[in-house]
Amino acid sequence: MLAVKSLCGYYGQAQILNDVSLDAMQGEVVALIGRNGAGKSTTLKAVIGLEARRKGSVIFDGCEVIGKPTHEIVRMGLGYVPEERRIFSDLTVEENLAVGRRPPRPYTPQWTPETLYALFPNLAEARKRPGGRMSGGEQQMLTIARSLMGNPMMLMLDEPSEGLSPKIVEQMASAILRMKAEGLGIVVCEQNLHFAKLISDRAYIIEKGEIRYGGTMAELAADDEVRNTYLAV
Amino acid sequence: MEFLFSQFLTGLASASSLFLVASGLSIIFGVSRIVNFAHGSLYMLGAYIAYSLVEHSGLGGGNFWIALPVAALGVALLGLLLEVTLLRKIYHAPELLQLLATFGVVLVVQDAVLMIWGPEDLLGPRAPGLAGAVRLFHQAIPQYDLFLISLGPVVLALLWLLFHRTHWGTLVRAATHDRDMVAALGVNQASLFTGVFTLGALLAGLGGALQLPRGAVSHAMDLQIIVEVFVVVVIGGLGNVFGAFLAAIIIGELNAFGILVFPQMTLVLTFLAMAVILVVRPWGLRGKPQSLAHGAAVAGGRVLRRLPPAAGKAFLLVAVLLLALPWLGSGYALNVATEMAIYALFAASLHLLSGIGGMVSFGHAAYFGLGSYGAALAAKSLGLPMELALLAGPLTGALGALVYGWFCVRLSGVYLSMLTLAFAQITYAVAFQWSSLTGGDNGILGVWPSHWASGPVAFYYLTLVVCGGSILILRHIVFSPFGYTLRACRDSEIRADAIGIDARHHRWLAFILCGFFAGLAGGLFAFFKGSVFPDSASIGTSVDGLVMVLLGGIQTLTGPVVGAVIYTALRIFVSTYTDYWRAVIGVVIILLVVAFPQGIVAWTADRFQAWRAIRPAVKTKEKAA
Ligand SMILES: Nc1ncnc2c1ncn2[C@@H]1O[C@H](COP(=O)(O)OP(=O)(O)OP(=O)(O)O)[C@@H](O)[C@H]1O
Ligand SMILES: [Mg+2]
Repeated sequence: MLAVKSLCGYYGQAQILNDVSLDAMQGEVVALIGRNGAGKSTTLKAVIGLEARRKGSVIFDGCEVIGKPTHEIVRMGLGYVPEERRIFSDLTVEENLAVGRRPPRPYTPQWTPETLYALFPNLAEARKRPGGRMSGGEQQMLTIARSLMGNPMMLMLDEPSEGLSPKIVEQMASAILRMKAEGLGIVVCEQNLHFAKLISDRAYIIEKGEIRYGGTMAELAADDEVRNTYLAV
Repeated sequence: MEFLFSQFLTGLASASSLFLVASGLSIIFGVSRIVNFAHGSLYMLGAYIAYSLVEHSGLGGGNFWIALPVAALGVALLGLLLEVTLLRKIYHAPELLQLLATFGVVLVVQDAVLMIWGPEDLLGPRAPGLAGAVRLFHQAIPQYDLFLISLGPVVLALLWLLFHRTHWGTLVRAATHDRDMVAALGVNQASLFTGVFTLGALLAGLGGALQLPRGAVSHAMDLQIIVEVFVVVVIGGLGNVFGAFLAAIIIGELNAFGILVFPQMTLVLTFLAMAVILVVRPWGLRGKPQSLAHGAAVAGGRVLRRLPPAAGKAFLLVAVLLLALPWLGSGYALNVATEMAIYALFAASLHLLSGIGGMVSFGHAAYFGLGSYGAALAAKSLGLPMELALLAGPLTGALGALVYGWFCVRLSGVYLSMLTLAFAQITYAVAFQWSSLTGGDNGILGVWPSHWASGPVAFYYLTLVVCGGSILILRHIVFSPFGYTLRACRDSEIRADAIGIDARHHRWLAFILCGFFAGLAGGLFAFFKGSVFPDSASIGTSVDGLVMVLLGGIQTLTGPVVGAVIYTALRIFVSTYTDYWRAVIGVVIILLVVAFPQGIVAWTADRFQAWRAIRPAVKTKEKAA
């Protein structure tokens, strides 16, 4: 579904990503794990074509998308949820969802505001509230729901657990698993290994802009050496 | 009492047209972050097109009501073309260059209008069906005014419905907040921007066409309205339509009543109101703080560079050439070189303020004009000799900057720029309207240098020494601790604050310094030309300064000097060949912005560095072989 090959990413003159390759299938959750500044966010931005300049190859749904503008890639069914959430703070929850609305496509999970309110009950109570007046956790749910309104085949989430209370983190994990169960492919950036273990089938470890490890989540969880080398703080 | 009431209605009627144009500008700014100088040109085109439709379509009296929407749609179409062919290419250029490009459009449209419709003011027909007057409280109120008064709220309501009740409107509001995120949700930014720009142009064209029954159509309409509209948009809060509505009423009423109190000084009143409102509410009545850093708006992420040591030799060569010019060139060449030197100082002072200080002044001509008048008045009214009168130039410039700067440093970003423009317009208005002191439109004539400096060679050397010396002092300031502090404040006011720098004081000082040197340039200019006119404080002069700075590139110190030389040469050269030199300059500006978004000097420096980077590699290879 998504195949990234030898992706290099740059901010201005600085090269941040060096030959990143990874792939993800429909209906699986793939985690991209790494420390602060490892290049997780940059990888997602380079795939979607925001901010970072990029070289290499990104095949999505059988098409090369490296030269395409962001909105076209998103329209092909690749959703992106940024780390900073970027809620439209003057728009109500309903309107935030409306901005993400795109026509449904065949063979992909379909979402309406009602099904999303069922997935994130907190949002249902705040339909008319401006996005700027939601709590951090609610904003995180809103930003994911907003991208789901585009009925994507695959969704890239940048640190969905960041800054959330343990209870909300659990809710988030179960929501992600529900999304997966609907048939959505998910790529998720994480630093929180515990959260990654809850949701992912496979994992990549990224360090200094290079992929250092790839395998199933179970293997990674069992491999103390890899964990200690790349993830110990 | 009744009279005041009718005056109040007149104010509301002008507020309506002002609101139409201002809302368009505000909407465009909200989404694209482009301050569209050409908005006034679209307004003017609306009026002219409507005029032609009424006069030449042969449909007779009733067709004003047909001409109105057709003209608005025509202007919308022109706006669409403008967006697709030009603006789309510069959305990622630094803010200032965008502004410059739209000013290029202003110049082109001015000459196009001159070419198509001629220089005379044109008088349109009364609005058919609404040509009469209604008696309200014993006063005759024009029916057309009542129509305009009701149109304002109707348009406001329609815009509200558009933005809050349609999907497109929701997208526009979202893009106003975060346009990249909107793209990341699969929305095509480009077509959204085109739509918004077209809507803004439609409103401007409609506003222009609606003026037809109210007065003459003239080719000065564009700058006249754009200044007022800037004021409205800034008072209301950039990007906020309702704020624009409130502000339009305030300004409309201020004009209507100001004329009773200060018939000569309505403009001053308007701008004073703006200054006061902005000092109390730096983001306008309904605006939100902008997240733009000063530095990003100006420098586009580049750092100031010292030139390579080799450049020292080049400078020496240039200096020798300049000193030898009286033997090399004709008297005409000396004249041109004198003018260039004066403008180079003017541009360099603007560069310190805008490039280094991050305070982009749209109204630097204020200090140039003050300096000109200060020197000229000192010579003519006080009878001082040139040597002393020349001192009066920088002093009046600095004094003006002391007062204006006090207000300006309280703001930032586009708001600051607009306020500087407002102060320049006040200066211009005073110079224009206070005839007993300044001679008004006739200017002050016979400002001649002392005997020893009256020959072209002597005056050239005088200018060269004064301007060259001043530019060196400015350069010294840039690399002094004061200069570093200014740059620190520009790049992050919060961080500068955190290390105990009082950004406001430093900025204020920068204003005064730059006012001083701009005033010096102005004083020299007065003696160079032998006369002073209000033009020296006009928007045109301010923009000339900006063009020079940006042409050369804002990140280098040589930039403004090179820019001044090229721009002055270009203007003199083109104007000897055609009357339509404005259009030519406009096209050149547009092309330059599209081709060299970083300015000529920075572009050349980049090429030079790239070349140097290749050279050593070649040399080592040669050695190895
Ligand atoms: N806009 C930018 N311009 C320049 N450099 C950047 C920019 N954004 C990030 N970087 C740099 O790129 C590198 C990778 O950043 P990135 O945001 O991808 O890290 P990350 O893995 O997402 O970290 P975190 O866990 O903190 O979010 C870092 O060294 C960072 O300093
Ligand atoms: Mg990150």
